[in-house]
Amino acid sequence: MKDRLTLLLFAAVVLAAPLLFAPTGAAYPDLLQRFAIYGIFAIGFNILFGLTGYLSFGHAAFLGVGSYAAMWMFKLLTMNIIPALLLSVIVAGLFSLLIGYVSLRRSGIYFSILTLAFAQMSYNLAYSVLTPLTNGETGLQLRLDDPRILDGASEAGTLPSTNLFGFDMKEVFWNPNILGYDLQFNWGYYVCAVLLILSFWISIRIFRSPFGLMLRAIKTNQTRLNYTGVNSRPYTLAAFVISGMFAGLAGGLLATMDPLAGAERMQWTVGGEVVLMVVLGGSGTLIGPVLGAVFIRYFNSVLSQINEQTLHGWFSFGPDWLTNGLVVIVEPFVGKGWELTLGALFMIVVIFLPGGLVDGARRIGRTLTGANRRAAKAEAA
Amino acid sequence: MSKLIMNRRGVLKSGAVLGAGVALPTIFTASSAAAYTNEPTGGTVTLGFNVPQTGAYADEGADELRAYMLAVKHLNGEGDGGMMNTFSSKELKGNGILGKKVEYVTGDTQTKSDAARASAQSMIQKDGAVMITGGSSSGVAIAVQGLCQEAGIIFMAGLTHSNDTTGKDKKANGFRHFFNGYMSAAALAPVLADRYGTDRKAYHLTADYTWGWTQQASIAAATEAKGWETVANVLTPLTTTDFSSYVAPVINSGADVLVLNHYGGNMINSLTSAVQFGLKDKMVNGKKFEIVVPLYSRLMAKGAGENVKGIFGSTNWHWSLQDEGSKAFVKSFGEEYGFPPSQAAHTVYCQTLLYADACERAGTFNPCGVAEALEGFKFSGLGNGDVEYRADDHQCFKDVLVVQGKENPTSEFDLLEVVEVTPRAQVEYAPDNEFFAGGSLGQCNDGSA
Amino acid sequence: MDAILLQLLNGLDKGSAYALIALGLTLIFGTLGVVNFAHGALFMIGAFVAVTLSKLMEISKVVIDPTKVDFLGNPAKIKTPYVTEWFGSFGDWMIDYTIPIAVLLSIPIMILIGVIMERGLIRLFYNRPHADQILVTFGLAIVLQEIIKIFFGSEAISVSVPAAFAGPVDVGAFLGLDFSIFYPAWRLVYIAFSIVVLGAVFAFLRFTTFGMVVRAGMADRETVGLLGININKRFTIMFGVAAAVAGLAGAMYAGVNKPVFHMGMDFLVLSFVVVVVGGMGSLPGAVAAGFLLGILEALASMPLIKDAIASIGLPSIDQIIIYLVAVIVLLVRPRGLMGKAGVMED
Repeated sequence: MKDRLTLLLFAAVVLAAPLLFAPTGAAYPDLLQRFAIYGIFAIGFNILFGLTGYLSFGHAAFLGVGSYAAMWMFKLLTMNIIPALLLSVIVAGLFSLLIGYVSLRRSGIYFSILTLAFAQMSYNLAYSVLTPLTNGETGLQLRLDDPRILDGASEAGTLPSTNLFGFDMKEVFWNPNILGYDLQFNWGYYVCAVLLILSFWISIRIFRSPFGLMLRAIKTNQTRLNYTGVNSRPYTLAAFVISGMFAGLAGGLLATMDPLAGAERMQWTVGGEVVLMVVLGGSGTLIGPVLGAVFIRYFNSVLSQINEQTLHGWFSFGPDWLTNGLVVIVEPFVGKGWELTLGALFMIVVIFLPGGLVDGARRIGRTLTGANRRAAKAEAA
Repeated sequence: MSKLIMNRRGVLKSGAVLGAGVALPTIFTASSAAAYTNEPTGGTVTLGFNVPQTGAYADEGADELRAYMLAVKHLNGEGDGGMMNTFSSKELKGNGILGKKVEYVTGDTQTKSDAARASAQSMIQKDGAVMITGGSSSGVAIAVQGLCQEAGIIFMAGLTHSNDTTGKDKKANGFRHFFNGYMSAAALAPVLADRYGTDRKAYHLTADYTWGWTQQASIAAATEAKGWETVANVLTPLTTTDFSSYVAPVINSGADVLVLNHYGGNMINSLTSAVQFGLKDKMVNGKKFEIVVPLYSRLMAKGAGENVKGIFGSTNWHWSLQDEGSKAFVKSFGEEYGFPPSQAAHTVYCQTLLYADACERAGTFNPCGVAEALEGFKFSGLGNGDVEYRADDHQCFKDVLVVQGKENPTSEFDLLEVVEVTPRAQVEYAPDNEFFAGGSLGQCNDGSA
Repeated sequence: MDAILLQLLNGLDKGSAYALIALGLTLIFGTLGVVNFAHGALFMIGAFVAVTLSKLMEISKVVIDPTKVDFLGNPAKIKTPYVTEWFGSFGDWMIDYTIPIAVLLSIPIMILIGVIMERGLIRLFYNRPHADQILVTFGLAIVLQEIIKIFFGSEAISVSVPAAFAGPVDVGAFLGLDFSIFYPAWRLVYIAFSIVVLGAVFAFLRFTTFGMVVRAGMADRETVGLLGININKRFTIMFGVAAAVAGLAGAMYAGVNKPVFHMGMDFLVLSFVVVVVGGMGSLPGAVAAGFLLGILEALASMPLIKDAIASIGLPSIDQIIIYLVAVIVLLVRPRGLMGKAGVMED
């Protein structure tokens, strides 16, 4: 019952995002889509890392493979997104089965390094020797002379857009002006949103299932589990493949919303980024990964776009020396310095809030209501 | 509807009928008023400067950003006007573009196509930028060019040297002022043949990705035409940080020239290794061993330090040029920031002025109008002699500089010396040249569809 | 033959850097049980000690010379480094020997940085899962590299090696071979230097009481603690030593390749692979694996081998050789080449 409420609430927020995010300046289709896509990626990663404790640095490879699979569908078959997304999930699933089967023969840091090694190999190969498949540095893009055998000829000289039975992913179908905000409701975002809600629902189901319980048992004490006669590997492998398929779906969606698949999507730092998202939000919680994904994407896009001009605008309230002083102090942390801020923030969270933002919110909630006793029981959500 | 894919207007119309009951009548005004993507309606116009601010090319990005800000100043009538005074077209009056004050937004490409496109999207969708410009690598430039084509925005490429940008990946909405691998090769080969003779054996080390391949193919073809022999071409992984194991085999390969088709950190490291192995002072086949770096930049030369002395390469522009345009630009940039501009700064400054000028001549910001004004546009006074934006592939054709690492630099900026200004005619090629074939511009897109 | 010998030297050279970094990593893991993703950043800081020193040496007295002009047409400034001004030819010698001086300086600096890091941050993570340790040190690595970038920019910075070691020397003649092998002098110095440092660390652990206690603590921390020995303090010092080894490696490396802010990250992943291949917590394993992978990498990049592999239709493996070896080793021999049985193995 409580889960259903969570899901409903989640769905409501996600569907109303173009409106809710308007005051933050984040309510434009591309960023909202990325919120949802990385949300899916993080939800999937959480099923592996949050439940079993296996830290993979290689999930970027599945994201990349998903994107390439989707792009090839767009190039060869049709611009309809259904076959592309299906193929990206399937290909990523198979790829993660292969890598998972090998990597999961080890645990702990060895597992992490193995996945990292696989991701780097995939990246290196995709960047150079696999160029016929991946178009290397430039990335796989749509071209005018792609066959697209199911679509028939497109308008001369223009590239077709990805669509769902005619609904153009780029289309802003409703562009109202509410409370002074110019809102953009876009088909692409709603495709992502629906899939995000679906992923969230699947994640709830897994968390509450006996399978989920088994995964948690692996995290708590794998040795003891093995002594009781349970072979844990099929479970971890299943979790690995599921999270790989989520990553593939996310990769496919990235290519769907913005038809390009580049090799750097497979770099281990991208795999590291999803770890940051999950940990920042709160690993092992349901909503945490999505929060983390939104937070990091927002942070990245907003901080990196602040420049001197913006800062002068912000601090123009005081005398000149104060404005200039503030600009000098703040400047190293924004624009070209956004990574510094992100790294520092991330350290603070890991040091002081091991449970991530969700944990922080819970602690604040506890302090405010003074309901320490009840809070102790309110696990997960 | 006859076609499955609905276009913008189609959906707006059907949406209007459906939505009439639920929404206020004014709801559609925002989008239906615009004739093309991000038509500027107020007293200002916003340009998007999308450059690498983090990652390996951050310094180049920072220099580009400086040049952009300088260009905006000049367009808005502040400062000394820089190259606006020497530019052959006199449309720009220092009152913004088409009377609208120029504003700008900046973003970080991180030298990754994903991040670059996300950043460009936010400029287009959030900030209403009407033109995107920047980039410090070809992968990123091509990715963003594709995006701008789809969004109906003009893209003025920054530093991108791959043949593909105006070759197989060219787009109707994209324009490149910078030169390319083919032009580098065409300019370099005669000078190399002249200085080093026509009987040379070249060993190529090539960065193993698209730019490296096109650069290598271009320079190999051009030098072979002069009688050189290509002994070997070894591909080096992009992630290589120590090139010793690639340089070592060169010594006994029988080659007497080493061509480093590397850029950025790769070039600095491979050149360092080559010098450490004593290649610069070696004698092979009775000739002095030579090293060539097809694409040079001053920032890279600084990183490579002493090692660049005497080594030939090509650049798009250099601050020591003595024409009126270059002098005006160096003066204005130097007074603003205290050091001379890099070639990246120069190309993006030109791109900004060229865009503004095209808008003035077209009388509109509509990308299709601007593109038409840029196509076939001939101009001079921007530091590269007589230049033409060719209509067939949106590539600028201009003189190319062959430079050499200076033996006795007088300052930390004085690292390269222009040895020859190769005239434009010598580096020109047909639009269907084998290195550029396979793509098509397609139709100009203004986003109204 | 000479081609293979050359590549062996290259392999030793690459391997030196891997071994020095991996040694520190595995030392930290063996003593403190901490996985330190910021270790690459320590290597990078070492290199920037050399950069900073060379910048300091270059601080110059400026005299305006009205007879010459700079690029804006203003009178040119003639610069003389203060060290030359003060010490004359000894000053010039100091400038020439910037890197060796930086290497000496980096020892106290890096030990200090290491101890501060351990006391201020790593200490809090002894009892946290490995994942948390990886994450917080990863965050630290980003912060450190971004700070360096703020001060030094993103382009590589040139630091010259002493003039006496700038060019190549003939190793063939030295070894009494009948053909000559030219190899860069500074890289040979680098190989020798790292062997000395590795030897010193091993001797320190082997032949001093301090080292003996540390080794005992690595084997069984609890028992050593029960004997009334303050093992934590010694482990803190070992963290400092590990940081110093990485820093030394970095400072010396400034002469091999131009330092750049992201060089730590470039080496981090590779050196982790090295540690894992050698066996987590095994010092000889880290060194052996470092040299082994260095040599394999060098051999794989030989045109001969690249051609042979291309001829049987496989992609060039110099891109992935290290990862490939790691995967194979981990699957065949999970504890790594010389890892102790049972350490994070299953």
